[in-house]
Amino acid sequence: MSGTTIPPLALSVEHLGVTLAGRDGPLPVLEDVSFGVPAGRTLALIGESGCGKSMAALALMGLLPEGLRCDTGAIRLLGEDLAVAPPARLRALRGSTLSMIFQEPMTALNPVFTVGEQIAETLRLHQGLDAAAARAGALEMLRKVEIPAAAQRLDAYPHQLSGGMRQRVMIAIALACRPRLLIADEPTTALDVTVQAQIFDLLKTLQRETGTAILLISHDLHAVADIADEVAVLYAGTCVETGPASRVLAAPEHPYTRALLACSPRLRLGAAAAGPAPDLLEVPGMVPPLGQRGPGCRFAPRCELAGADCNHPPPLRPAGAGRAAACWRVGDTTLEAVA
Amino acid sequence: MNDVLLDVTNLTVRFPAGRAGPFGPRRHVHAVDGVSFQVRRASTFGIVGQSGSGKSTVALALMRLVGISGGDVTLDGMPLSALRGDALRRARRDFQMVFQDPYASLDPRRRAGALIREPLDLLEIGSPAEREAEVLRLLSQVGLPAEAGRLFPHQFSGGQRQRLCIARALASRPRLVVCDEPVSALDVAVQAQILNLMRRLQRQLGLTYVFISHDLAVVQHLCDEVAVMYLGQVVEQAPTHRLFAAPRHPYTWSLIAAAASHGAAGQAMRRRHLTPGEPPSPIDPPPGCRFSVQCPHVTARCRTEAPHLRPAAEGHLAACHRMEELGVPDFGLAEVA
Repeated sequence: MSGTTIPPLALSVEHLGVTLAGRDGPLPVLEDVSFGVPAGRTLALIGESGCGKSMAALALMGLLPEGLRCDTGAIRLLGEDLAVAPPARLRALRGSTLSMIFQEPMTALNPVFTVGEQIAETLRLHQGLDAAAARAGALEMLRKVEIPAAAQRLDAYPHQLSGGMRQRVMIAIALACRPRLLIADEPTTALDVTVQAQIFDLLKTLQRETGTAILLISHDLHAVADIADEVAVLYAGTCVETGPASRVLAAPEHPYTRALLACSPRLRLGAAAAGPAPDLLEVPGMVPPLGQRGPGCRFAPRCELAGADCNHPPPLRPAGAGRAAACWRVGDTTLEAVA
Repeated sequence: MNDVLLDVTNLTVRFPAGRAGPFGPRRHVHAVDGVSFQVRRASTFGIVGQSGSGKSTVALALMRLVGISGGDVTLDGMPLSALRGDALRRARRDFQMVFQDPYASLDPRRRAGALIREPLDLLEIGSPAEREAEVLRLLSQVGLPAEAGRLFPHQFSGGQRQRLCIARALASRPRLVVCDEPVSALDVAVQAQILNLMRRLQRQLGLTYVFISHDLAVVQHLCDEVAVMYLGQVVEQAPTHRLFAAPRHPYTWSLIAAAASHGAAGQAMRRRHLTPGEPPSPIDPPPGCRFSVQCPHVTARCRTEAPHLRPAAEGHLAACHRMEELGVPDFGLAEVA
């Protein structure tokens, strides 16, 4: 499917820095994070908890919690810098040009309104539709997200729907105004595997229809491999590797990406299912908490390839076609030997 | 000595679900409906299925944390399902549980050492000095430093908290440990640490696990035998290597397809085997095969006559009328990189 012409970037994040106000001055949460999402494509932001991926999403939406601020860099949505946009402008953009699906469909919907009303609200606010037109629009969206008996479900309350159905309603709300960018923060983590596959299929189908750019946030690189075109791997607030999803997955460059892939068990089917499973690779330690990040490469304390030069932070350097990695060892032949 | 540690026969758990209308008949949610399985000593028995399939209710019933409506649970000849009151409380030293959420299952106001010692105190195992020594031994067994005993739960990361939960579960030296999604709330890197720890402890202590999970890859990694549950019933049960090499039930195919690899092979599997829609309500399950509502291979017989678990091969059971006819799907080409 990948054509030779790269569509224009719907979202471009440039050297984004987010800090948390602390007693001893600001603590860096995100540092010099850059990535771009072309129109109609999907970028997956990958990392463990505490790596800053959800903070990146909230910064894009202008929804950073109190104490956190975005103080360097630019967030360009169709050329407009959201980092400096006034609140009123952000409010107008959110839900129409830019929208978000949250992890927990149970808590993200309002329990006292019907799902029809919640979808219609977006249409009334952003497109100025009257009640009847908005209701018709809500029904159309419910059909688009493949909810069976959509006409009856329009008047259902969130508690009357299953988790998968609620996440479909969230998607309907998020896509009602045909946003140019959809941010999906772990949209399937709370759902069953069978439902997860259905939700990803649905997102792909709707993306083909609307040309929406999707920024998908996940902790599982394998899970998003099918839906993502590009990936950006975050570690402790910095971007450590970027590139086309299939190639990063097949041959990760950064030791952290490599470790993430090696430490999750993979399903073995058919003849490969025989024999006992080997022990999983363990990455010792954990993501350094805020304020305890070292001066050099953030991953160095857990990295088996770390050396003296890792005391200097490695920049994100090109590593092959469309790829980049922030590691002094990239291009080093010893890395292949470890693999 | 008998090879079987845990014997579950026809386990049934029903919850009242109010009446159908003000004067209607009482209704029940059939959370677990006639589940039978045996778990061998020092092995891991996995139960997979989607939410609502009743797998967690099986775990709670084994632990006697929900009422058992019918059937028998026997742990090494001891009839767990028949125990009451003090006898049940005393028997608990032999079967312990690790829960899904390590944040919610540790009292935030007690120190880690006290949390681990609590089962020993309650079951009156050892003298106070012996209990202190035991806490230190347990901490080191799960890979935590001795100083960790003085900290409060909020001072630990998610993975460390799950280690505390495991240490607490092991305190009374149980023979059976029931684990309900013990790694689902953890990040992948931490998940690997906990899975390796569980395997190491099993080898060292000869533990028997009942392992509940929705993650097929984790189940394959850890379990010796797996039961697949759908809407309160076991639809397929087999040794792990057989289940993933030659699954016989269409629901198992759907689960495997959903979890299969990325790329063209995985997509082809999903197109062929992933079932659309959602399971029916457990309040009024369909009369025939419960999977008939979603099954792509459904026939008229499936809608009226419930299939029973029957042998598909040595040690391999499946509940499907069309098992022979449908055969085994070709998963060979979809091997995961």
